[in-house]
Amino acid sequence: MTTITMRRIEAKFSQKPDNSMSNGSASKVMEVRNLDAYYGNFRAITDVNMPMRRNAVTAIIGPSGCGKSTLVRCLNRMHELSAGGRIEGQILFDGEDINAPEVDPVELRSRIGMVFQKPNPFPKSIYNNIAFGLKINGFRGNMAEAVEGSLRKAALWDEVKDRLKDSALSLSGGQQQRLCIARAIAIEPEVILMDEPCSALDPIATLAIEDLIRELKEQYSIVIVTHNMQQAARVSDETAFLMVGEDRSGYLVEFDSTEKMFTNPSHEQTEAYITGRFS
Amino acid sequence: MAFLFLCAVLSVVTTAGIVVVLLAEAIPFFTHVNIFDFLTGTEWRPLFANKSFGALPLLSATAMIALMAMAVAFPIGLLTSIYLSEYAPSWIRETVKPALEVLAGIPTVVYGFFVISFIAPTIVRPIFHSETIFTALGASLAMGIMLIPMVASLSEDAMRAVPNGLREGAYALGANRFQVSVKVVVPAALSGIVAAGLLALARAIGETMIVTIAAGGIPNLSGNPLEPMQAMTAYIMEVASGDTARGTVEYQSIFAIGMLLFIFTLGLNLIARWFIGKFREEYE
Amino acid sequence: MNAPPPTLIGEITAKLGKKWSSWLFAGLAISATGFGVLCLAVLLFVVARDGLGGLDWNFITSFPSRKPEDAGILAALMGTLWVMGLTCLFFVPVGVGAAIYLEEFARRNWFTKLIETNISTLAGVPSVVYGLLGLAVFVFGMNLGSSIVAAAATLTLLVLPITIVASREGLRSVPPSMREAAMALGATKWQAVWHQVLPAGMPAVLTGIILALGRAIGETAPLIAMGAFTSVFFVPTSPTDTFTVLPIQIFSWVARPLPGFQENAASGIVALLIVLLLLNSVAVALRYMYARRRSW
Repeated sequence: MTTITMRRIEAKFSQKPDNSMSNGSASKVMEVRNLDAYYGNFRAITDVNMPMRRNAVTAIIGPSGCGKSTLVRCLNRMHELSAGGRIEGQILFDGEDINAPEVDPVELRSRIGMVFQKPNPFPKSIYNNIAFGLKINGFRGNMAEAVEGSLRKAALWDEVKDRLKDSALSLSGGQQQRLCIARAIAIEPEVILMDEPCSALDPIATLAIEDLIRELKEQYSIVIVTHNMQQAARVSDETAFLMVGEDRSGYLVEFDSTEKMFTNPSHEQTEAYITGRFS
Repeated sequence: MAFLFLCAVLSVVTTAGIVVVLLAEAIPFFTHVNIFDFLTGTEWRPLFANKSFGALPLLSATAMIALMAMAVAFPIGLLTSIYLSEYAPSWIRETVKPALEVLAGIPTVVYGFFVISFIAPTIVRPIFHSETIFTALGASLAMGIMLIPMVASLSEDAMRAVPNGLREGAYALGANRFQVSVKVVVPAALSGIVAAGLLALARAIGETMIVTIAAGGIPNLSGNPLEPMQAMTAYIMEVASGDTARGTVEYQSIFAIGMLLFIFTLGLNLIARWFIGKFREEYE
Repeated sequence: MNAPPPTLIGEITAKLGKKWSSWLFAGLAISATGFGVLCLAVLLFVVARDGLGGLDWNFITSFPSRKPEDAGILAALMGTLWVMGLTCLFFVPVGVGAAIYLEEFARRNWFTKLIETNISTLAGVPSVVYGLLGLAVFVFGMNLGSSIVAAAATLTLLVLPITIVASREGLRSVPPSMREAAMALGATKWQAVWHQVLPAGMPAVLTGIILALGRAIGETAPLIAMGAFTSVFFVPTSPTDTFTVLPIQIFSWVARPLPGFQENAASGIVALLIVLLLLNSVAVALRYMYARRRSW
């Protein structure tokens, strides 16, 4: 059995995610190998290969329809919940294939958190939005402390500490999205996937989220999909650039450090897209 | 244009007509029978020489049968809707939904027959040893079956209106299907589900043929579901199918009972609409 | 704030483990769904078992009788056809007319809102109450007696809410661009609705009409409440004749203790279900046509 399935939920909360076991900061927390993703017969992405570095921010950029969201949804097996969603190829997490038959996708998702395009807080109180994930994962410790801790990490505590019982829907869009981030980090995942987390937010709320992302990478590995190149340049360490092929299927053009990508890209297409010469 | 407008106004006229007609016969009824005695009296003997119009036996029979029917229909209907909305692959949904539509479209007189020829002799009698095949329980079982599709389809509508983002949010936190359904979708759709229950309850109270055929038709103030009883609607049927003359107290009494029915079902419908409005506010 | 009080579901989950409780619940949900389908199957089986044998030509062409083996549904079947024909004549123009008014012409004001609320509330009024309305207004008030026309008028009021709601949905599915296109060519609003919108929304409107008719065919209580006869020994020849319909005939047989009559009831039910099935296949065919034509 793999460590993914062997790892008990209780153990998960009693000890911090064991990041030290990896050899240095350059280690890969996840890796995508020869990934094809399908919706029924339609191949949405073709042959993607890329690593995701531990405690770094990996950005996925590209024009709309290039399969950015599909790619990130494969990483926690949310893709298989879509109609006709299936994949070919390998996705490694801590060196193990997350699509291996003995891996429980439900448990996997409690170790790889996700934040969505549109803030999607549950229609419950702010407090219960955080507590929900903890409860379903069998958390038995001090709930109030855990809620406070994750709200602090998401830089939301000072704004909501006096109204934890209020409905989460009463928050502003930016606050809701930070609540969703707090909700995701409450269950102590190793990786946080963010699917265009700022696309529904105004510029000020966007900056707040970006600051937060930079802080969170101290503890977590982050993969962020964005259509905003400035955002990718501002927050990410490494960037993957996807394009749409002739067959309407997305493919990886280039993967490199963000600095290199935005100053001296290897591919003409990348340069065209980054400088806005792309149709 | 004027014609079209009149067509639309006809619905308001109908409602007004119902109210006027019920009041026009119920008011003279209450000059003969004290309204307090009517609502609290325990003897319903409208056709005997020493008449007595205490409606409690009818009210309690209606309440008992409707509630027992809901005890069958609500949990089964809700579970069905959860299965159809959250679990079922599309081909099962495409098969089961039309089947439930058929179940909902079967005339209620057929359900009455179903009690007499199947439910009462092969289920109620052998298991509960009732003295007769005409029991409140038999009627409410059939009524429960009849209401399953209504509860299921109305609650499924409510669950499908829950934004998919909420499901995804929960799945992404490591929730399984059960937790997503029961802890996220059902609470989010709760006001719609409550409305479904209330509408089904209103339907149960107003349902006529099943109780007329299968419940026995004897006014009986009893808490025992294995005895024959007469529901409010069944009493209206009994008087209407006899040859009671217009203007008699018995004739007026069915309008008084009809008015109670109208008030109960209207009240439940209005409350259900309030819940539906609340649900729409949350998600639309 | 410490750990919240455990809920029932939480307790079960904790005891059984996350995975097992999920399987248990899935099993429960599937069984519930299966139960509904099973009930339908048993019901149809019982009706077919008791009723198919007695459903022959003799049964269709005979009047009711004191002897179950001689009894038939001729009067009821013809009564059903008469009542339904007349009901259609009443509720189709009125229902579709009201739908057109509300969807295309009505101003958004308090009165329109009142009509709309009223329609959805009317849909929840028990059918037996409509029967009382028909009894007081049509049977006695207008002195029509327990006649076909009184029955048709009563059933019209009963199915109007369903018809209006379904027809409005049909009209709403016609894209606004079609109205604008017609009006840009100089058509009046009325011409746009009559020549473009109504034909385009017709299949859905027809589906609604058939659903309403299906409801009307199966109704028993309002007709008994307005004094319809249970045993009729002639075929009606005019709208003012008295009548009986299939569900009432079935009811009168169900209510008799002799086993032969129970079989008659079952045979009558088979006949009624066949009529309903025919109607619904038309509705399904229309829905299919509708789905195919919806290529705009």
